[in-house]
Amino acid sequence: MSDHDKLYSTKLQDKIERNTLLMFVLTAIAVSVGGIVEIVPLFYLPNTAMCQNDPTCNNTQHKDLQGNAIPMDKIIWNPATSAHKTLDEWQPGDGVRPYKALELAGRSVYIREGCFLCHSQMIRPFRDEKDRYGHYSIAEESMYDHTYQWGSKRTGPDLARVGGKYSDEWHRKHLKYPRDVVPESVMPNYFFLDKAAVNVDSAIHTMNVMTKMPFNPVPRTIYTDKYLDGAKAELENKTEMDAVIAFLQSLGNHVKFEEGVNYRD
Amino acid sequence: MGYLLGNIEQLSRYFLTLLLGGDTVEATQATPVKYDMDVVRWFTIMAVVYAVVGTLVGVYVAAELAWPFLNFDLAELSFGRLRPLHTNAVIFAFGGCVLMATGFYIVQRTGQTKLWSNTLAWFTFWGWNLIIVLAVITLPLGLTSGKEYAELVWPIDILIAVVWLAFGLNHIMTTVIRKTSHIYVSNWFTMGMIVMITYLHVVNSMAIPVSMTEAFSIYSGVQDAMIQWWWGHNAVGFYLTGGFLGIMYYFIPKQSGRPVFSYRLSVLHFWTLTFGYVWLGAHHLQYTALPDWTGSLGAAISLAMIIPSWGGAMNGMMTLSGAWDKLRTDYILRFLVTAMAFYAMSTFDGPVMSIKSVNALSHYTDWTVGHVHAGALGWMAMISFGAIYHMVKKLWNTEMYSERLVNVHFWVSLIGAVTYIVAMWVSGIMQGLMWRDYDEFGSLTYTFIESVSAMHPYYVMRTVGGAIFNLGTWIMLFNVVMTVRQAGAVRSVNAVAAKA
Repeated sequence: MSDHDKLYSTKLQDKIERNTLLMFVLTAIAVSVGGIVEIVPLFYLPNTAMCQNDPTCNNTQHKDLQGNAIPMDKIIWNPATSAHKTLDEWQPGDGVRPYKALELAGRSVYIREGCFLCHSQMIRPFRDEKDRYGHYSIAEESMYDHTYQWGSKRTGPDLARVGGKYSDEWHRKHLKYPRDVVPESVMPNYFFLDKAAVNVDSAIHTMNVMTKMPFNPVPRTIYTDKYLDGAKAELENKTEMDAVIAFLQSLGNHVKFEEGVNYRD
Repeated sequence: MGYLLGNIEQLSRYFLTLLLGGDTVEATQATPVKYDMDVVRWFTIMAVVYAVVGTLVGVYVAAELAWPFLNFDLAELSFGRLRPLHTNAVIFAFGGCVLMATGFYIVQRTGQTKLWSNTLAWFTFWGWNLIIVLAVITLPLGLTSGKEYAELVWPIDILIAVVWLAFGLNHIMTTVIRKTSHIYVSNWFTMGMIVMITYLHVVNSMAIPVSMTEAFSIYSGVQDAMIQWWWGHNAVGFYLTGGFLGIMYYFIPKQSGRPVFSYRLSVLHFWTLTFGYVWLGAHHLQYTALPDWTGSLGAAISLAMIIPSWGGAMNGMMTLSGAWDKLRTDYILRFLVTAMAFYAMSTFDGPVMSIKSVNALSHYTDWTVGHVHAGALGWMAMISFGAIYHMVKKLWNTEMYSERLVNVHFWVSLIGAVTYIVAMWVSGIMQGLMWRDYDEFGSLTYTFIESVSAMHPYYVMRTVGGAIFNLGTWIMLFNVVMTVRQAGAVRSVNAVAAKA
């Protein structure tokens, strides 16, 4: 029997091994299944913060201690129903909101410097994480985070709820020369942020791009023309340091969490 | 265009001759089937160079965590910007060149045919190296997409897609024009890698640009996280594992002179891995805002994956049954077999870490870093080194300049890798335990910064381990360059003699 006729395994496998196209197609199918099963539902199921223009976010329901559904506009800020109508009026506890102009500019710097490689922004539902960082993170809190920043490593502490924990002055000192404030720190010095001006055009462009995202865009009812026009003035004469501090101070205080409520169902 | 590429091909050969001496064309003529091996030689040389560079940057960033003054107050040298350079250099520069060298080598030899297009292969070579040069320039400048292991900015992402498809098309078409009846198992794995990496790269890189150097993912939050780790884990699964299993299935049998232990096991290995690996990414997101079912599903399949992974590892190791004595004299085989041991170890370590209660401790800690390096240093780099030495001997039709240095490289690599991995395992578990520790009054025992300073000795140890491993790559570079020069010299002498 020649090598060509030899059957090494099953007839099907033998057929596949002789036919490049067949192997290619079957491989393509085999590698597709897992991704489809795990990823596609995340765009349709509740509790994934895929809200688009649907105020119920695919029927997401967080229930309070009495078992009543918490209205979604308590979780995600909706200027139409909230007492506070604009980004500047928004108060902590009003619900998840998109970043303000300066914060978004700071977020770009945060990404540029690779902060996410050492700092997570995702608190897990454990007692020690609650004591150390605060309430566990929920999906809605990162729904406007295009290019998510959950991170995968805590060489430094989690930052998901760092907002309001330290003063601006503390952050400024710490970011410039971390070891002046925390002697054991291994963080690089970011003093140069204090000397760099915010790139205003890029920041405005970024805000525009955020409103055009196919998934969870920032509603134009929030980034209104008026707000975008005003943003320019707000960003003038600001340093990258100001921007990063504004970003850090904005993290984690959007939602007013109630004690004992399970937000993970 | 064709004219241009033809010239590039000649130019490349000219440079290779200039750098390494001798005539590089002749070796191909010595073999009965004429293969396109020049491009393979180049990929092999570059793989060796990038092994040195990639691990050197790694040692530097490791040192920065041990001694932060090494950031030197330069943004371009800061950890946050250099760390992606390290990961990109080892995964895509070193790993990529190894995969393309071995991919083109194996597909020609097992199919007993030339490449479908030698020109396209040269395009792949120069394109891939251009990407690497661009990465070296852009990453320290802070140009990043903000996605771990996919940091390169969008114009480079497009270039990657083009070059990758050129590689994939060429490889697959070469299996089409093969002269043998069956497609060899190594080429299945490479095909799986080509298909999956294309999917992953395209889906995960979807972004809307703000400028030529900045873009934001079209996905956000939960969806972006899941897609990122679907990419992240399958870059490990199909590129760093699948592609390198292709290497294992060719080079272990070749080097040991024995057939693959079980052909049927390799069939099982391939299909279960191809189908199963895709599901694992979710285990990176246990206890996050990702729905629990997704993480649990990822963990369940992760555990199940021990079976095919160990099946494959056994298949590689048992190929040596009856020839174990060769390990005493064959240093290349030592690399290959040790790699299988590390493969078995990391494919056990990984599933264990995906178990929810273990993940609760291990996630966010150095344990993950240790796990990754058990795979990267122990499995991926070791099998690559073995394959590179094997190929260098065949490609230049010569013996190594120094067999002893191969042995030294082996021990240096092993000691370096183990030092690194042990340091990270200990520091990772210690971190995890310190973070969750409570004192008798019910308050957290340690502040975060206490856990940071407790890491210092391990960060030093990690740096030392990495430096030892890096030393090994220098030894390989020296040995390979000397081997190639020596081969060139011998050939030149022969050529002169023949003319006379």
